[in-house]
Amino acid sequence: MTFEYAPAPESRAIVSIASSYGLFINGEFVDPTGGTAFKTVNPATEEVLAEISEANQSDVNAAVNSARRAYDRVWSVMSGRDRAKYLFRIARLLQERSREFAVLETLDNGKPIRESRDIDVPLAAAHFFYHAGWADKLDYAGLGPNPRSLGVAGQIIPWNFPLLMLAWKIAPALACGNTVVLKPAETTSLTALLFAEVCQQAELPPGVVNIITGAGDTGRMIVEHKGIDKIAFTGSTEVGKSIARALAGTRRKLTLELGGKAANIVFDDAPIDQAVEGIVDGIFFNQGHVCCAGSRLLLQESIAEETIDALKRRLQTLRLGDPLDKNTDIGAVNSREQLNKITELIKSGDDEGAQRWTAPCDIPDKGWWCAPTIFTNVTQAHRIAREEIFGPVLSVLTFRTPDEAVEKANNTPFGLSAGIWTEKGSRILWLAGQLRAGVIWANTFNRFDPASPFGGFKESGFGREGGIQGLTAYLRSATDGDDQAKGMS
Amino acid sequence: MRTLAEPLTTSALREFLHGLPGVDEVGIKARATALGTRSIKNESKSWAIDMAIRMVDLTTLEGMDTPGKVRAMCAKALRPDPTDPTAPSVAAVCVYGDMAPVARAAVGDNLHVAAVATAFPSGRASLEVKLQDVHDAVAGGADEIDMVIDRGAFLAGNYGLVHEQIIAVKAACGLAHLKVILETGELRTLGNVRRASWLAMMAGADFIKTSTGKVPVAATPAVTLVMLQAVRDYYELTQTRIGVKPAGGIRTSKDAIKYLVLVKETAGEAWLTPDLFRFGASTLLNDLLMQRQRMAVGHYSGPDYVTID
Repeated sequence: MTFEYAPAPESRAIVSIASSYGLFINGEFVDPTGGTAFKTVNPATEEVLAEISEANQSDVNAAVNSARRAYDRVWSVMSGRDRAKYLFRIARLLQERSREFAVLETLDNGKPIRESRDIDVPLAAAHFFYHAGWADKLDYAGLGPNPRSLGVAGQIIPWNFPLLMLAWKIAPALACGNTVVLKPAETTSLTALLFAEVCQQAELPPGVVNIITGAGDTGRMIVEHKGIDKIAFTGSTEVGKSIARALAGTRRKLTLELGGKAANIVFDDAPIDQAVEGIVDGIFFNQGHVCCAGSRLLLQESIAEETIDALKRRLQTLRLGDPLDKNTDIGAVNSREQLNKITELIKSGDDEGAQRWTAPCDIPDKGWWCAPTIFTNVTQAHRIAREEIFGPVLSVLTFRTPDEAVEKANNTPFGLSAGIWTEKGSRILWLAGQLRAGVIWANTFNRFDPASPFGGFKESGFGREGGIQGLTAYLRSATDGDDQAKGMS
Repeated sequence: MRTLAEPLTTSALREFLHGLPGVDEVGIKARATALGTRSIKNESKSWAIDMAIRMVDLTTLEGMDTPGKVRAMCAKALRPDPTDPTAPSVAAVCVYGDMAPVARAAVGDNLHVAAVATAFPSGRASLEVKLQDVHDAVAGGADEIDMVIDRGAFLAGNYGLVHEQIIAVKAACGLAHLKVILETGELRTLGNVRRASWLAMMAGADFIKTSTGKVPVAATPAVTLVMLQAVRDYYELTQTRIGVKPAGGIRTSKDAIKYLVLVKETAGEAWLTPDLFRFGASTLLNDLLMQRQRMAVGHYSGPDYVTID
């Protein structure tokens, strides 16, 4: 007998999923006025988990009005110390209910329980703790004395890290004294709705957080709503551009965190075994559904062959399957639509002459899955080197000199993140100055901390989330002037 | 048996060893921790516990060791759980060289007898004394020799001397298997662990072993992971499989199973055999036996239901 790991599934008994959910407006769950709903599905089994309400214009109006009321009457006039109290409470509740959140996230999103348990949920709680600490110290954020909140923030988040993106959005907004109307992605609403329950449990004043569900149309209503002072969006570059167009010429502020095509650059003096781990973390973490994924591997030619061999050997130990199994490394793709997009781009790689290698693994009969895939012989001209795939697909390119690495790494419309692997400290510092990317990791990849700002260059968006810089997205500084006085709306 | 290596100069060894890829300590610790979260249940756990028992080098290395103590330990090594004949024997007993005859008499041909030699644990003696130590142990019936490297020479960069001494010890071992103890707790950096691993393998080690158990820091998952990567890479280069033995500080079944996961996912399944992976331990065996009993009957027994020898 060989050492096979017996199934080790996390129990789903800890979560209770209702058959249908309303909208969370003014501190309570209400039925949508339009009465329409859509289904949310477990992507690993295609099992329907629940019916989710679709918010229409009057629901959006109600949510915005409730947020405005809470802003004017309660939240904007509350002391920072008292706001902090609520944020600390939420953070602690997220920790107390962490297993519940992790299991629910895995059920609704398809990501491995190992990741939702060890990364998504703890980081989400960390964001609330971190920003709770800021709430009464905003005078010291470097924005001048008494920086003012913006008002009502409309926030639209993606499906790849549902709870974590919610935390990245809500925690700084609330800490800075804003109220929010948040819309989760239509395929992953459940943890946001559970978060709404946490808001009730924390006795957060009604209307400070409103969570409305729906698809693109609901998102557009939020973006175009005149009662909203600020839009924060994380998602695709295409949608981001249309939001920027919609807000152009209005007084509403905007931050965008969009796509990426990050270069992970490995030099010949890198710690190869750890670089291989970093490449795996970079592109196969969360099935590659990561905007800052290291989807372009740039290998120095002298070590390309041995590194690719080592990478292939490593990928054979990745375990794809039941996301609730504690030993699963690669979970399900979140939707059929996303799987089709990945498959289409893989086909383009084949058609354009790149060489494909797919990790050997059994694909379950039901659900949506994509085995880890590597393309070698990729050039800058291939679609798979230019477009964001948002799946477990790595494009390998090579370079000869550090200058060439910089040129290739920067030769993309995106600029969200990059990775550098070398034991030479001076090269790390030089390269970090050359790369046009918002986040640069050295000898590691995909590490996040609430104290560290995250955001992009170029078509990866603008604005930062996390850290002291992230606060500026939700505050009006003394030098900002008073936009409303200029009569723009 | 491996053919004897040729001595190499310090500068040639230095060039090779310092050309090996570096080890990023943060990265490797993160990897070891991540592998430690594997959840091993049910039949996998039973399999792993039995495999871990079969991999134990049951050890007593004390100044107060007596023939009586060694014989008692040998009895335990042969039949770890007297209440359950299906419990496997351990791989070997590990003793000081002067106790090798006692151990050999007690276990016969049923188990390996490993003896520590070469002025264990510090290695601070002349080569003649070290070699005589080895000869005595082999003559006394040891078929495995656990030698220590000269850490002082290694840290001073005198790789040629370390290499030469391992070759000489290997020659003195004759048919006995040679385990080379790197004493990773004294090498301090994981880069040094990788270099020392290669140095030992190139000089003819059949096994590379972490520790003597006589310094404060013994085996750790990160150190063992570096050594497993080294034997894997050495195999790819030479088609020869070298064994790995973490020793010291591994006390629970849970820890032992984590090490087996490291082996499986780093060097591969081929290393999951007592011929290529061992645990140097004394208290670990009883915890493995208690877990084994629990798996069989469904509840924990207690320390009085396993023997203390």
